[in-house]
Amino acid sequence: MTKTKILLDHGSGGKMAQDLIADLMLPGFDNPMLAKLDDGAVLELNGQRLAFSTDSYVVDPIFFPGGCIGDLAINGTVNDIAMCGARPLFLSVGLIIEEGFDQDDLKRILAAMSAAARQAGVLVVTGDTKVVPRGAADKVFINTTGIGVIPAGVAVGGDNARIGDQVIVSGTLADHGMTILSQREGLSFDSTLESDSAPLNHLVDAMLQDGRAVHVLRDPTRGGVATTLNEIAQSSTVGIRLIEDQIPVKPDVAGVCDLLGFDPLYVANEGKLLAVVAPEDAAAVLAVMQADPHGADACIIGEVIADHPGKVFMQTRIGGHRIVDMLTGEQLPRIC
Amino acid sequence: MTVEFLKAFSEPELAQQLIQQIKAKSRTPIRLMEVCGTHTVALFRSGIRSVLPETISLLSGPGCPVCVTAQQEIDAFIALARQEDVIITTFGDLIRVPGTCSSLQQQRAGGRDIRMVYATTDALAIARENPARQVVFLGVGFETTAPTVAAAVMAARAEGLKNFSVISAHKLVPPALAALIQTANIRLDGFILPGHASVIIGLNAYRPVFAEHPMAAVVTGFEPIDILQGLALLVAQIEAGEKQLANAYPRAVTAEGNQPAQKILADVFRPVDALWRGLSVIPRSGLALAEAYGEFDATRRFQIEVEDVPEPKGCACGEILTGLKTPPECALYQKKCTPAAPVGPCMVSSEGTCAAYYRYQG
Ligand code: SF4
Repeated sequence: MTKTKILLDHGSGGKMAQDLIADLMLPGFDNPMLAKLDDGAVLELNGQRLAFSTDSYVVDPIFFPGGCIGDLAINGTVNDIAMCGARPLFLSVGLIIEEGFDQDDLKRILAAMSAAARQAGVLVVTGDTKVVPRGAADKVFINTTGIGVIPAGVAVGGDNARIGDQVIVSGTLADHGMTILSQREGLSFDSTLESDSAPLNHLVDAMLQDGRAVHVLRDPTRGGVATTLNEIAQSSTVGIRLIEDQIPVKPDVAGVCDLLGFDPLYVANEGKLLAVVAPEDAAAVLAVMQADPHGADACIIGEVIADHPGKVFMQTRIGGHRIVDMLTGEQLPRIC
Repeated sequence: MTVEFLKAFSEPELAQQLIQQIKAKSRTPIRLMEVCGTHTVALFRSGIRSVLPETISLLSGPGCPVCVTAQQEIDAFIALARQEDVIITTFGDLIRVPGTCSSLQQQRAGGRDIRMVYATTDALAIARENPARQVVFLGVGFETTAPTVAAAVMAARAEGLKNFSVISAHKLVPPALAALIQTANIRLDGFILPGHASVIIGLNAYRPVFAEHPMAAVVTGFEPIDILQGLALLVAQIEAGEKQLANAYPRAVTAEGNQPAQKILADVFRPVDALWRGLSVIPRSGLALAEAYGEFDATRRFQIEVEDVPEPKGCACGEILTGLKTPPECALYQKKCTPAAPVGPCMVSSEGTCAAYYRYQG
């Protein structure tokens, strides 16, 4: 079979995306900052550490319950910078608009972007707009790039998880991904689902106060919690054990997942973070998170273990266990 | 299904009791087969495989709809996708299955119009929106999905929709059970029967098969407790030397099943001999469109030519689908064959046995 075409699976954030990056992207741009493959790059300039990150947004539909492509584009990059332990400051915005796109829709999107930037406390300081012929893009695509400052003493990184650390998630899983899916496919049971799109920089700020030992911060977007935890386990050469019973999923989201044969562990989130925290600081970090509106449902879902480095395990509700692999390609609804 | 509901049924103490009961009862080594892909996945995901005593071997049967679809059928789907002005509509995981020299996914990347739908009504909607093009739905699956396809065909007739057709590769569960029991070397002691399909066909649909070929069998649901209950019943039966059909899923499955669904199946389709991957041709085990609905049969509307092709070289899917081999016994497993680069359908579908082993056993 010819394998020369890019498949949607290559953009899924899972193993195929990883392979594509490793095979095609990394060789040409080899440098130590890129090689870490964290959510953003950490740069040193005159003794100041900066976090630098970029992301493109092509979500369809562009408006959905809980947000739109505009706030998603701001929050996504804000979060990628925050996951480096940094305070996001400045953003750039690039718009690619399809000829014929409705001006009112554009206004709504820009208003959402402006509100999101204000909520996150970041400034959009430069931008670019291109219009392409009908069909050359789908409605509107947005790229945002951001820069932030890492406070002294903060040391978070995907390779920093240590044995005994607790794994905390800031809230329920799979809200964004299942909302988009049910909107896109016009599924009739979608009425209650809502995206979790939110800026997490203030939450991160609060977590990092008082020198608390937060070792890893990641936002489990494409590929979901399972893929992100596998990446952490691999980068840190540790094992991770999850407790199935502790993993929070809203009942309506669980219902849709169940119906389609989706596993919420692999579905995208846009307003959630995973934190790997030293055991002695876990309770304090959890309390701070639960006091923040974006972390109200935070809970400990597992711990870092010495066994099986590079792998994630699940202790199931009935007392059994199994492996939690990373996502390979897009999850596809099953035929039942 | 809500989290509360799931939690109520996954209650650890209840699970522990059942596990202890199974361990206490199970003396002789037995081989049980689940014939539903959802069960295959649930057995792994819930961790049940990791808590059962060594006396119980679980074999995965031909329960993944995509996996049992024969290579020729996949090639026919791909050939259809290559025709001018055709829109292919299909349920999800079929698009990745490798045919002899391509897959629907590769065809889509090459510009063919292949659309994933979640319900057959979506396929009808696409047909309405594209009156100048032919819309074909790929009918794959068991008694569970076949009624929705039948309903779509009836709706198309009622509306006078001339550009909609179906290629039916549907398969039936009971005839496959008979074939499995008669396959040499499988040495089965009991069946875990599918909950969803049984909701439609009812317990009675299994009786003729088991009257002719007695076997311990239990219909169960998909929650961990459902499955453990089913396993406990099977172990008790087998230890007592009984061979009965039991229902561990009475909240959903009745003796008669869903009769309106059975009626539209009988109206729109007719049973035909069908080729199953791994099991060869099984008499009256597939569904083709009935004569009265022949105009909606894509195999009549289009010239589709596929050669008789061998299954992928080195792929043991056939033996895996009949429980003769487990994935680690396939030489390609985890080496040349992974979910990212699947050689056979059992590695493609999320419900395929090889994919389940890969994902949950590592
Ligand atoms: S591991 Fe791959 S090649 Fe082997 S039987 Fe399974 S699908 Fe076929």
